[in-house]
Amino acid sequence: MRNLPLHAPIGRAAHKAAPLVALAVLANLIAWSPAVAVNPDEMLSDPALEARARSLSSELRCLVCRNQSIDDSNADLARDLRLLVRERLQAGDSDAQTEAFIVARYGNFVLLKPPVQWNTALLWAGPALFLAVAAFGAFRWVRLRAPLTASDVPAPLSADEEVQIQSILREKELL
Amino acid sequence: MTALIGDFSLILALCFALLQAAVPLLPFRRRDPSLAAFVDTAALAQCAFIALAFACLTYAFVTSDFSLAVVAANSHTTKPLLYKISGVWGNHEGSMVLWVLILSAFGASVAVFGQDIPDRLRSRTLAVHALIGAAFLVFILATSNPFWTLANPPQNGEGLNPILQDPGLAIHPPCLYLGYVGFSMTFSFSVAALIEGRVDAAWARWVRPWALAAWCFLTIGITLGSGWAYYTLGWGGWWFWDPVENASLMPWLSGTALLHSALVVERRNTLVSWTILLGILTFSLSLVGTFLVRSGILTSVHAFAEDPTRGTYILLMVSGFTGGALALYAARVSALRAGPAFALVSRESGLVLNNVLLCTALFTVVLGTFYPLIVDAIGGDKISVGRPYYTRTFIPIVIPLLLAMPVGPMLRWKRAELLAALHRLNKAAIAAVVVGAAVLALTFGREFVAAFFLAMAAWLVVGSLIALARRVQLGTAPFDTTLNLLRTTPRAYYGLVLGHLGVGVLVAGIAGVSTWGTEHIGALKVGQSFELSGNLLRLTDVRDVEGPNYQARRALFEVTRRGHLVARLQSERRFYPVRQQETTAAGIHTNLISNLYVAIGDPDASGAWTVRFYYHPFMPWVWIGGLTMALGGFVSLSDRRFRVGAAQRSARALALPSSA
Repeated sequence: MRNLPLHAPIGRAAHKAAPLVALAVLANLIAWSPAVAVNPDEMLSDPALEARARSLSSELRCLVCRNQSIDDSNADLARDLRLLVRERLQAGDSDAQTEAFIVARYGNFVLLKPPVQWNTALLWAGPALFLAVAAFGAFRWVRLRAPLTASDVPAPLSADEEVQIQSILREKELL
Repeated sequence: MTALIGDFSLILALCFALLQAAVPLLPFRRRDPSLAAFVDTAALAQCAFIALAFACLTYAFVTSDFSLAVVAANSHTTKPLLYKISGVWGNHEGSMVLWVLILSAFGASVAVFGQDIPDRLRSRTLAVHALIGAAFLVFILATSNPFWTLANPPQNGEGLNPILQDPGLAIHPPCLYLGYVGFSMTFSFSVAALIEGRVDAAWARWVRPWALAAWCFLTIGITLGSGWAYYTLGWGGWWFWDPVENASLMPWLSGTALLHSALVVERRNTLVSWTILLGILTFSLSLVGTFLVRSGILTSVHAFAEDPTRGTYILLMVSGFTGGALALYAARVSALRAGPAFALVSRESGLVLNNVLLCTALFTVVLGTFYPLIVDAIGGDKISVGRPYYTRTFIPIVIPLLLAMPVGPMLRWKRAELLAALHRLNKAAIAAVVVGAAVLALTFGREFVAAFFLAMAAWLVVGSLIALARRVQLGTAPFDTTLNLLRTTPRAYYGLVLGHLGVGVLVAGIAGVSTWGTEHIGALKVGQSFELSGNLLRLTDVRDVEGPNYQARRALFEVTRRGHLVARLQSERRFYPVRQQETTAAGIHTNLISNLYVAIGDPDASGAWTVRFYYHPFMPWVWIGGLTMALGGFVSLSDRRFRVGAAQRSARALALPSSA
């Protein structure tokens, strides 16, 4: 069966408009990579190790993609990282050691779950702080308002008023 | 010629927008009754000229008029007609024209359908609205004019990004824009109310339909976007916490809060200043969304126009409108009367809690989206905020929101009994416990999280149904009465039931697919097969096909379950020569409860194809839930309460007897 030359045109066009094509390829890389992530040839034969690799890679960011994990990306760099993760795991590293290994090379940027440290304290504590302040504020606001008085609870309508209201409603087509 | 007409139309629209803004806001002839009529006409004229410009641009795309720079850069003669048309908004310039078209259409609808709004309020609302329109028109004319022409038009265009050549993408942006831009109406109403210094229940009734319409479209837009990501990315992801998705989620969350707080204003005339603030905030967040997408500060696939000049202008616009409105708010908020009191346990308080939780969820998304920028700016450190962060922060905030959701409609206005309200929900609680226990039992206690969220889903769904059952006195009154009540219950109430029900379905979908979704990635030669969760996938054929403007490698699959054919699927890898790009079209089979999903990859050295096969139980419910929520919004929108003015007029005109 004939294989469709899926990548060939890029090569053919390359000598004509190399900079343009390079740009297109780059744009393609940096875009959300459509399709594919982990390839069968990358997978480890030990299912337990492979499962650990998968769960680790889903928390590592593909550096050239947009908020995509290396597990979901088909960029070459993501593949390299996936292989690196598997290499470390096979060498007997724990999950934490593997992660530390990768962070040492690529920085915190590679972690989709930002580490808890001084400059992310607000990020992690922010939602809880906001909730506490908002809930307290709302509670005080509701409480501090003039309390419900007898006049706030209206007396039931008299028979006359009832008739009146029915006629108004009917007129306004609300009934 | 087309370019000239289009360009000129935009300039004329700008003139009308400026007049529409100036006349009611400048301090002369304020009492003149013809003023309101003038503003209405200006709003219609502004809309008409933008529509003309949009038509010109569409014409240029359909006829492949490459003398226009934007057509040359984004279209191609071989592109199918649908994508020539959707190409109009598949680029920065054209999408901005669509943006102002929708903006002016909202203004024109207020001019046409808002005749029962007092003239002064309507004129001022339209004036504020025209200011937004004028700012965007200046932005288009100065930095992103789609009618800029090329001195030497090329033979053919550069084509549209293949990722955008998709029916979902043809309707996703217009829906999203209807949502984003729709909230401009609540912004204008809020600012106009601040200028008036008076807000009452009637104001809430006028503004709510616009907020509701915008919310519905935003909900549909987000749902469609997630569906598009699902089938186009080739591995079944449907939400990434990508900055641009967050940009649409932010106004959605604050818009949802707005819908609920506007209810309190409408019914009880309290929470007024808070609702005004939300009205301003929601549109500001929509503008921030635009800023995020256009500026390239937070890059994403959606950022088809990354240009710092445009970003700066939009940033100025965001800060101008938000800052101006907030300054006005600060100056005028004391003039707004605090409404009547209510008890700590009451429908009002329930809605306050709703707002507190929704705003916290909103704050979390804002924090997660912008924090990396802040850290980068102050410390030079680069961090990423992805799914694991939101799982740990956003979800825990949503849990109490979901828990409280069915309780709200059980509470009375002013003062309520919490225990009585909970007692009314005992069937929902039983349903939740049964579902949770069943899931735990079936999974031998392993899937605690799934059991919890499915129990929550049952709580929401049954809770919503109980709200309806109580409303129509099902079981407590004679059946005739119930039937009668079913007919007379306001549509807004059905909207509530459907909206909350949709959330339940959505929660079930998310819980189900995250827990039981399975995948198998393997290499298959034609005729070979592998199994996943009882589904046997066989690759039956791989062939090359020609699309209208692409070449594709199409793989055909058969899925059988216990020997019975379940589905025939096909997946394609498409290559677009014009753009030198590849896309994937996944093969999806759905039975509305679960999806089978297959995507073909590259061949390996031995000629076997990489095949990704996914089993996604409950996946369709995510979108069914989203669309049910939007449906609830539309049903609510059709409530006659919002049409009372119109009904009165037509009744008088036709002298029809009262229908009830």
